[in-house]
Amino acid sequence: MNAPFNTPSRTCPATGYRVDRQAELLTRANAVVAVVSLLIGAVAALLLALTRWQAVHLLPAVWYYRVLGAHGMNMLIFFIIFFEMAVLWFASTVLINARPAAPKYGWFNFGLMVVGSAIVEWAQWSGRADVLFTSYPPLKAHPAFYLGIIFFAVGALGVTGQFFASLVIAKREKTYNGSLPLVVYGAMTAAIIAVITLVHGAMVYIPTFTWAMGWTPMPDPEVYRLLWWALGHSSQQINVAAMVAIWYMLGALTVGAVVLNEKVSRSAFVLYILFISMASAHHLLVDPGFSSPWKIVNTSYFMYLAVLASMVHGFTVPAGMELGMRLRGYTDGLFGWLRRAPWGDPGFSSLVLSVVVFGFFGGITGVTLGTEQINIIAHNTLRIPGHFHATVVSGTAVAFMGATYYLLPLIFRRKVAFWSLARWQPYMFAGGLLLLEFGMTFAGSFGVPRRHWDISFSQAPFDVQFNPMVDVFLGMLGIGGIIAATGALSFVLIAVTTVFFGKKITEFPRGVTVPGIPQGLTNPPVHSADVDERNEALHAPARGIAGATPGTLVLVAVFFAAFVLYYFTNWKLLSFLWKIG
Amino acid sequence: MLTKVHTGLDPVPGIWWKPAHKAERVWVAIAFAWCLVLFAMMPLWHFRGGQNPSGVRRRVEPKAFYARTVAFAAQYKIGEDRGLPIAAPPPGADVYLVGLTFQWYPILQLQQGKEYMLHLSALDVNHGFSLFPLSINFQVVPGYDYGLRITPTAAGDFRIICNEFCGIGHHTMVGRVIVVDESGKPVADNAAARLTNGDAK
Repeated sequence: MNAPFNTPSRTCPATGYRVDRQAELLTRANAVVAVVSLLIGAVAALLLALTRWQAVHLLPAVWYYRVLGAHGMNMLIFFIIFFEMAVLWFASTVLINARPAAPKYGWFNFGLMVVGSAIVEWAQWSGRADVLFTSYPPLKAHPAFYLGIIFFAVGALGVTGQFFASLVIAKREKTYNGSLPLVVYGAMTAAIIAVITLVHGAMVYIPTFTWAMGWTPMPDPEVYRLLWWALGHSSQQINVAAMVAIWYMLGALTVGAVVLNEKVSRSAFVLYILFISMASAHHLLVDPGFSSPWKIVNTSYFMYLAVLASMVHGFTVPAGMELGMRLRGYTDGLFGWLRRAPWGDPGFSSLVLSVVVFGFFGGITGVTLGTEQINIIAHNTLRIPGHFHATVVSGTAVAFMGATYYLLPLIFRRKVAFWSLARWQPYMFAGGLLLLEFGMTFAGSFGVPRRHWDISFSQAPFDVQFNPMVDVFLGMLGIGGIIAATGALSFVLIAVTTVFFGKKITEFPRGVTVPGIPQGLTNPPVHSADVDERNEALHAPARGIAGATPGTLVLVAVFFAAFVLYYFTNWKLLSFLWKIG
Repeated sequence: MLTKVHTGLDPVPGIWWKPAHKAERVWVAIAFAWCLVLFAMMPLWHFRGGQNPSGVRRRVEPKAFYARTVAFAAQYKIGEDRGLPIAAPPPGADVYLVGLTFQWYPILQLQQGKEYMLHLSALDVNHGFSLFPLSINFQVVPGYDYGLRITPTAAGDFRIICNEFCGIGHHTMVGRVIVVDESGKPVADNAAARLTNGDAK
């Protein structure tokens, strides 16, 4: 093994692996554009929060809808997918000591994605695409809007192809011994789902583009919704798979988290691949185009097996962290491993916040709202963005930010700027989001619609008087939004300053605390030589079912109780309605 | 039996398909059983519960649906409010409601405790039917007739909010549903509303 690279590379001071220069530059370029998109999306978020906060009501109606469309596109597509491209380049090269496949083609794809997103930005901000993120026909945008998305998707599809090619090269050149690391396996899952997603993207945007050009008739509105959600929801599953891979990575880097059982964790990833596209059906639960059996089959058999996968990771990730900590000697009590964890390391705090909010808030609300009948009391209310901000922002974006605090020293080889701000940033961002999500969810429970400029209905023919509590919840949304946007903009400030002005790093000094370098790199959580014996002792049959991870068992029991309670409370609320159906 | 200790960043030599620890097996079993409960609840509610989005669904030409709704409104018109007809169909009737930018047409007057077949569709773009303050929500798609059997269980003056973005006047799109109790008195919230006897009894 370890055939020499015939491409320019360096040796990583932390891992001893070689880092291919082109792979490093591609990772960097994609990450930088991701952060730029995040900046645009975060400014938009601030404006939107200040508009939905009815007491402030900042933007005029036209600009509210325009900015809302741009916010969705920048956050859900450009920020997340550019970052995922960086993750794919990083995972298929640096993590397995390998070189990238066809880096020049990688730059072509990167260019295509940048051009595509620039076209979409132009169409949206110039008012040529006031159709929101979902662009349901018969609403029609300027053809360039659809064409830009097609360019972007073709580029992204190209990168996933290069990811697979890089894995094949690594396998052939024997750069690693045995099976792929779990983190790379998870990234591969994300890449496979990305292919499924992007093919649906082509199926929906190409006929919409030709319609906008006047070449073909309008796509059927309901067929469009079906195919669009096969893109729109499946792309969230790319995020989930990439996020879970990053959970395993950050766990390993920050506290030496171990993989309890490869079979369990890898099978859970496979469940994501097999079942998630069909789960897109939960966006169509109260649509006229589909029968109840179709809705039930797609949401239950298929979606719940993906839910099962998330519940498995929701156990194995914290349990892996707990066992990793116990193996390093933090064995006191049920939660000593948590109490003595590195809470000041933004990589670690991001990881914990991401796991907890994704699971408790995003997961529980998502499964509940995605139930055929319960969807009647939730569809298109603010409960929906309340849910998906908990998954895609509190979950995915927070995990990606946590990963960035490690990527900056490892790949950009610079000290993280504004280190004390960086230590607080995950708490500020996640805390603001939590307030926002509770505000949205509670307001939505009173029937407050999403994507709506004025719920005081001052220009409507009939008056609509919401419960006065709604004002409080929309205030929470506004204040939470301000705090979260401040957290996101702090992250942008830290990342951009680090990339362009950060102090260069040539080595990672061991055993000392260096501001600007996360503790996992200067005090790596290495396991001792006798770790396998310690592991045997922790798994001794005498310890019973609680085994090596009693703390995690308590945590998942609390999670399960919250899940059951929330789920059946919603059935109860549903039963008070008119008789329908 | 135990896997050699390693992290998610380490390649895994040899065979990793090994039995999991009891704690993991128990959690996977609980999670799977819970998924079965989640699954069972949906078909169960179709038999035992009162709120299901199944309905009768068919394709319809948007213009034909609009014409049908206008005819329905004229047939059962009992008055007008803010320029919109108030239609009071008899119990059991097919009731038509159409969403168009930026209006729900017509105003409906229904009787408490009686069943109706409510047909929802759109003339132009997607709209969202959201009955305020109950928060009953359905997607309204042009070209599709969504027929839902509804039984209003409480009297009152309800609103229909549009909760699917339908254009720049989306936030002004509000409709009205009146549910009268056994005394049959309509709820009028507007002094300018005119009630005639119309054709309906």
